[in-house]
Amino acid sequence: MELKDKLVTSFMAFEDRIDVDSPVHDIRSEAMKTFEADGFPGKKNEDWKYTSLKSVLKHDYSVFPKQENHIDYQAVKKYFIHDIDTYKIVFVDGKYSSYLSETTHEGIDVCLMSSALNKPKYRLIIENYFNKIAGKDSITSLNTAFSQEGAYIHIPKNKLVAKPIQIIHFATGNESALMLQPRNLIVVDENSHVQIIERHQSLTDNPVLTNSVTEIYSNKRAIVDYYKIQNDNENASLIDNTFVNQKRESHSSVHTFSFGGKLTRNNLSFFQNGERIDSTLKGVTIIGKKQHVDHNTLVHHIEPNCESHQDYKGIYADSSSGVFNGKVLVSKEAQKTNAFQANNNILLSDKASINTKPQLEIFADDVKCTHGCTIGQLDESAMFYMRSRGIPEKEAKALLMFAFSNNVLSSVKIPEIKERITKIIANKLGVNIGFDL
Amino acid sequence: MLKISNLHASVNDKAILKGINLEVKPGEVHAIMGPNGSGKSTLASVIAGKEEYEVTEGSISFGGDILDEMDAEERAHKGIFLSFQYPIEIPGVSVTNFIKTAINETRKAKGLDNMPAKEMLKMIREKSEMLAIDRKFLSRSLNEGFSGGEKKRNEIFQMAMLEPKLAILDETDSGLDIDALRIVADGVNKFKSKDNAVIVITHYQRLLDHIVPDFVHVIHNGRIVKTGTKELAYELEEKGYDWIKEEEANA
Repeated sequence: MELKDKLVTSFMAFEDRIDVDSPVHDIRSEAMKTFEADGFPGKKNEDWKYTSLKSVLKHDYSVFPKQENHIDYQAVKKYFIHDIDTYKIVFVDGKYSSYLSETTHEGIDVCLMSSALNKPKYRLIIENYFNKIAGKDSITSLNTAFSQEGAYIHIPKNKLVAKPIQIIHFATGNESALMLQPRNLIVVDENSHVQIIERHQSLTDNPVLTNSVTEIYSNKRAIVDYYKIQNDNENASLIDNTFVNQKRESHSSVHTFSFGGKLTRNNLSFFQNGERIDSTLKGVTIIGKKQHVDHNTLVHHIEPNCESHQDYKGIYADSSSGVFNGKVLVSKEAQKTNAFQANNNILLSDKASINTKPQLEIFADDVKCTHGCTIGQLDESAMFYMRSRGIPEKEAKALLMFAFSNNVLSSVKIPEIKERITKIIANKLGVNIGFDL
Repeated sequence: MLKISNLHASVNDKAILKGINLEVKPGEVHAIMGPNGSGKSTLASVIAGKEEYEVTEGSISFGGDILDEMDAEERAHKGIFLSFQYPIEIPGVSVTNFIKTAINETRKAKGLDNMPAKEMLKMIREKSEMLAIDRKFLSRSLNEGFSGGEKKRNEIFQMAMLEPKLAILDETDSGLDIDALRIVADGVNKFKSKDNAVIVITHYQRLLDHIVPDFVHVIHNGRIVKTGTKELAYELEEKGYDWIKEEEANA
């Protein structure tokens, strides 16, 4: 059976199991209709021109894992940022793992989507925020239709959340092929500050397809820093759909570090609903073999006096391929917008490729929008300079590539994350040198 | 220490060096002078192992090793240092991190452990003070936005840190004002010992007032056409290079 048909059929069974009186029942049904009508996006869809899901959709995925699988903390400790104190919301094969998690209800809610959807005390937040900014495209709709589990984070006003929150999804490989559809809702109220780290990790070579949707609401003067660490193994694919809605004077950032996976598609959209908002979208992609990473970003400047900063660096080896499609939309009212976008790429082999496309649609007349894309190779004269000082070719290359990505890393506010990313990069480049730049 | 025999080298099939012979012994300072395009910088790059240059004839030996097939990094590990005429800007890599990596990779190649951090810091402090380099300067990206003089001082700083056996200074004096020239020359003179050697490549005699050569060679059209003592440098300063070219034409 085609995956689409399997999902459509499964939806009926899914609906039977969950509460049909739930406030999101209608939303799910509507979303399923959209997916049923549109299906998975194909190459004719302009937004998916350079990313084909064909090879990812061919597996016979389990869409509802049958059992709860236990994993030992020691076996997966390395996937956590474990050297600092954090809250943890951990899922194993899509099911919440209380054993690996550390949630809280003390002053803030760091818990589960499934309880937020079912318990009356969360009803107001769900009604006000759930699926309000998530896209209505077929991929997001598919997730919405099956939305049931994921992270639920609500930070009431004036809270500085001292501990970062980690959201981690493990796939055990107990299913021969597994599809996961986590749904996260993050609401940060006035003046509050939170840092979130997200990771998807498959523990075997069995195929995994994750279609994740995250809605983030940064209310007035809130600060939200979100880090996505994408270093999954080579049979795992990820479609990440993240929507950020910002109110006035809020600052939100999403850093995406893409090193692993078979196919990774990041749909990242920011909506600036207020004045003096600052949005930051940054990413480092370092891939090889036949890996594919696609960054599809949107920043919608709706009101005046806001800023956005996009900076994506990509290094592609072997037959890997990348896509950057960055859209900046400036509405007529959004005067004095300051939008910056950069996408710089290095191709290390003749077979590697990158398709980069800045898309600026500006309807206001008093704005400053800059964008720049570059595609190049490593600088040969720099290589000779470094080698003539005794730095071997491989290490010299690594140092240059690290320096190339350093602009993005330097804005990471959690030192342990920076350290971890640095290690992953060194590992990826096969060198054993410290990059304490 | 360094022995160059009948060296021919070309780039993109264009012959540039056409039979260079040169021997440098420990403790010596050699100056190589000559008009633009005579092959001075090419000789420096070929000794350092730049891949674009193809050695078509002859060979270079250094401390008993034949260099011909060696990569640039191996030559550096053997003790060859080239101070670049135009040092390369490397955004994102600090001066300190770069020199640390260079020193530790060289030690690794020799089977030694990394230099202890304390020792490294002490050495960085000493050498940077000797060259009047501001501490803040060391945390900046390598050569990025440096003035001409800063770049050259930074090259000599790296030389002092790496302690090579043979230092080749390619037009280190260009772009230096008189104060910077003196600081750089002092750095080179402090580095000089009976065990190492220096090759100074320059257009002008003024650097040689500070770094006094034992031998002066004049390159023209890919060959060493004249060798003398430091007096030859004065003669060149006074008369220019035309008489050399004429002599060569009449020969």
